[in-house]
Amino acid sequence: MELPPKVKNILLLDSEGKRVAVKYYSDDWPTNSAQEAFEKSVFTKTQKTNARTEVEVTALENNIVVDSFDAVTLLLRSNVDKREALDNLDLIFLSFDEIIDGGIVLETDANVIAGKAGINSTDPNAPLSEQTISQALATAREHLTRSLMK
Amino acid sequence: MAQPLVKKDDDHDDELEYSPFVGIEKGAVLQEARVFNDPQLDPRRCSQVITKLLYLLNQGESFTKVEATEVFFSVTKLFQSKDTGLRRMVYLIIKELSPSADEVIIVTSSLMKDMNSKIDMYRANAIRVLCRIIDGTLLTQIERYLKQAIVDKNPVVSSAALVSGLHMLKTNPEIVKRWSNEVQEAVQSRAALVQFHALALLHQIRQNDRLAVSKLVGTLTRGAVRSPLAQCLLIRYTSQIIRDMSNHGQSGERPFYDFLESCLRHKAEMVILEAARAITELDNVTSRELTPAITVLQLFLSSPKPVLRFAAVRTLNKVAMTHPMAVTNCNIDMESLISDQNRSIATLAITTLLKTGNESSVERLMKQITNFMSDIADEFKIVVVEAIRSLCLKFPLKYRSLMNFLSNILREEGGFEFKRAIVDSIVTIIRDIPDAKENGLLHLCEFIEDCEFTYLSTQILHFLGMEGPNTSDPSKYIRYIYNRVHLENATVRAAAVCTLAKFGFMVEALKPRITVLLKRCIYDSDDEVRDRATLFLSILGNDGLVDTEKDSIEFLFGSLEAPLVNLETSLKNYEPSEEAFDVDSVPKEVKSQPLAEKKAKGKKPTGLGAPPPAPVSGFDAYERVLSSIPEFATFGKLFKSSSPVELTEAETEYSVNVVKHIFESHVVFQYNCTNTVPEQLLERVNVIVDASEAEEFSELSSKPLNSLPYDSPGQAYVAFEKPEGVPAVGKFSNTLTFIVKEVELSTGEPLDDGVEDEYQLEDLEVVAADYMVNVGVSNFRNAWENMDEGNELVDEYGLGPRDSLAEAVKAVTDLLGMQSCEGTETVASNARSHTCLLSGLYIGNVKVLVKAQFGMDSSKEIVMKLAVRAEDPSVSDAIHALVANG
Repeated sequence: MELPPKVKNILLLDSEGKRVAVKYYSDDWPTNSAQEAFEKSVFTKTQKTNARTEVEVTALENNIVVDSFDAVTLLLRSNVDKREALDNLDLIFLSFDEIIDGGIVLETDANVIAGKAGINSTDPNAPLSEQTISQALATAREHLTRSLMK
Repeated sequence: MAQPLVKKDDDHDDELEYSPFVGIEKGAVLQEARVFNDPQLDPRRCSQVITKLLYLLNQGESFTKVEATEVFFSVTKLFQSKDTGLRRMVYLIIKELSPSADEVIIVTSSLMKDMNSKIDMYRANAIRVLCRIIDGTLLTQIERYLKQAIVDKNPVVSSAALVSGLHMLKTNPEIVKRWSNEVQEAVQSRAALVQFHALALLHQIRQNDRLAVSKLVGTLTRGAVRSPLAQCLLIRYTSQIIRDMSNHGQSGERPFYDFLESCLRHKAEMVILEAARAITELDNVTSRELTPAITVLQLFLSSPKPVLRFAAVRTLNKVAMTHPMAVTNCNIDMESLISDQNRSIATLAITTLLKTGNESSVERLMKQITNFMSDIADEFKIVVVEAIRSLCLKFPLKYRSLMNFLSNILREEGGFEFKRAIVDSIVTIIRDIPDAKENGLLHLCEFIEDCEFTYLSTQILHFLGMEGPNTSDPSKYIRYIYNRVHLENATVRAAAVCTLAKFGFMVEALKPRITVLLKRCIYDSDDEVRDRATLFLSILGNDGLVDTEKDSIEFLFGSLEAPLVNLETSLKNYEPSEEAFDVDSVPKEVKSQPLAEKKAKGKKPTGLGAPPPAPVSGFDAYERVLSSIPEFATFGKLFKSSSPVELTEAETEYSVNVVKHIFESHVVFQYNCTNTVPEQLLERVNVIVDASEAEEFSELSSKPLNSLPYDSPGQAYVAFEKPEGVPAVGKFSNTLTFIVKEVELSTGEPLDDGVEDEYQLEDLEVVAADYMVNVGVSNFRNAWENMDEGNELVDEYGLGPRDSLAEAVKAVTDLLGMQSCEGTETVASNARSHTCLLSGLYIGNVKVLVKAQFGMDSSKEIVMKLAVRAEDPSVSDAIHALVANG
């Protein structure tokens, strides 16, 4: 029987493929080293692609499609720098939590997510870095669902 | 004055490397966590500490039981703070810490308070946290609140409850199932995501009730589902129902197709994609049903969004496997995708084109592929290699450019699987396209000069030994092979020694040189290599160790007649004694079932029909065995051996099958007998054949089987003479005669002198197809045009009603015993007409080509137009007679 589509993980990696924030929702990668190996393969696989303006998509290991999760990575690499991401790590963790609950997509609208996680991107006083992250996440969101349903 | 500022700018690079978490340490953070216990809480400070804890967990750090408990207890203190930001972090860290049952009780009341809070954000998150950590008993306590939450007017709260329901369905299904009224109400929600979550949960609750699911889908497909995500789910559930219905034998107009088709015009791209994919995956989809789906996918191919292009090309790629014609319309869009920046998209486009392309586009395609091979992963490269192999077999004339491509990528970097795929492809091409042989062998030789995989090196060396000596200039391979003896590990060296010996034996002119080379190998550091070299030297020198040339050939080129499994069992059973192990005692019979399976399997991946009789097949073994029997040695060259025909029912006392060996003017029946009664030993086993219904045959001799112990197969033979070169047919009735002896089970010693007995076998027929060898031609059209048109005979036949065209094609191919060419044995699943190209060699070595055109009308009645060209017009006649009588 059909199960609701599930997200297996969401990764935010830096420009060297190192972990900034990740969240796994399936048992496919039971240990930390398995997860790191997976992150490395995602990174090597996607570093050649160019996701400055668009979400990229990659097929990996028999259709584990990592699509726009790595879009977060890639967007972060090109538009957002690592320090800003780390400075706002709490917000990133909260965003992850608002996007996906145990593998099931919870919310797809970037503004709603930002609002719920406390990132108020419409607030003119919000620091630039927060805006960039929320925009990055917004673009990722927009495509997340679409790729999920593929 | 401005200088310090500039300097600061220069430092910017270093600052980028700064991380708030640099040098962070677990112990220190745990110390910091004491701020949670301060009477005056600093929310900002506490949030930072929680973030650090989360960071540590996220980097793979783990807390001991004691540490986790301590953190958990101090975190619970933070519920006192009214700061919403901090509260969110508290929820997060509780979920990450996954507290134990007795710890959960501590936070339950706080969370339940939040669950009934006026602040929506608290309610939604408290539900999610609670549902994550509680067990069944606690769940019943809060069930009432959850049911309310499902129909809460705030969508965030409602979704939180629904998603939690989806998770808990695994652990507490009976409780969640009680909520179906509330969930059903939520399906009608105006909020898109609530509708999505509610539909998913409702379907999960009802998934085992087929009727309920079908009703649910039926209602929703008529109504308006607002959420695109929910619509996608609905499409999936609909496909499931369509599949179930066709499994249950319901036919006629496909239900719900109209719904799927209407989804192709939805405004959300994800719904369009989902619907298009659902349509392409329908069982036995017709081209009329496919067309609208292909059209929307084609539009997506030129979308500016990579995600859409990827999804579209991936779906079309799958369609191309089963319905290549349906995808050809997209070829132009597909070609522009070869240069797509996204390599995944480009690979899918290439492999799709390889499936749908025609002969004229091959070279252009190859050029484009070469440009991008280097930057895709091995898994993609293997896909491309396999596509190229089937392309090469489809268009044999193009072998030159395809082979060059394969040899080029063989030289590039790559893993074992990738290299093996290439080597396999080259070997297949060499076997199937004789013109490609010499070129292909040289490519393989160059590859082993720098090959890091022992397995591949030995395989190639073996293949070289079989094929190399028969080429126009065998000497050019020697250098490559002898290099192995210097440069490789012992396994490869031993294989190289064998290969050298084969060349030395087959090519007289090379013999002296090979002998010199082998002599050097005697000083090898490895035992096996030295042994082999010594053995081969004595064979080549013919110094009496091996008696005759024939034995040597058999030794060098013969494949082991007994299956390896049997040999292994026999060797295991062998106990060291005075008596040496006798290879001939190993049973040669493969249990027929797995053999058939292996053959079927072996065929598929290579994309070949049965290979021509030259390579290692049962044919070689038969030929060797028959020529070694004095009675049959004078019959000349074996023309064809049939596959075994069973003459007994399964699971009878004695199981017998027969192989028909056809010679120019003789036929030999080989009866493979197995005794399945442990208490019996059969002796003087013979088959009495009554050929009264086979007038043109006369029995010449028979070779009985002396002894047939339990479960150890043996062969009896009967030979007939028939008019030379004539495809005589007839029916033979067979009786097995033997002396049966009771045996002592423990020793196998016979207990009595035995009694004569006989056993009736089923009749055996020699049919016209037995005189046809399925030999393929590399280019059917050329071969067809080179045959005299005057000899062509055309006729039409009605084949009656059949289930499918594919069945009719197979029936005719089997009846004629011919080889289908250029992949024409596969019929598109819904085709109404099909042309099959067949080739074969008829007895007397007469080449025959057949074009069979099949057509099916609405009542599944099949007609066939059969055009036959043969080197001898009488053979064309015979073919038609065969079909007319079959």
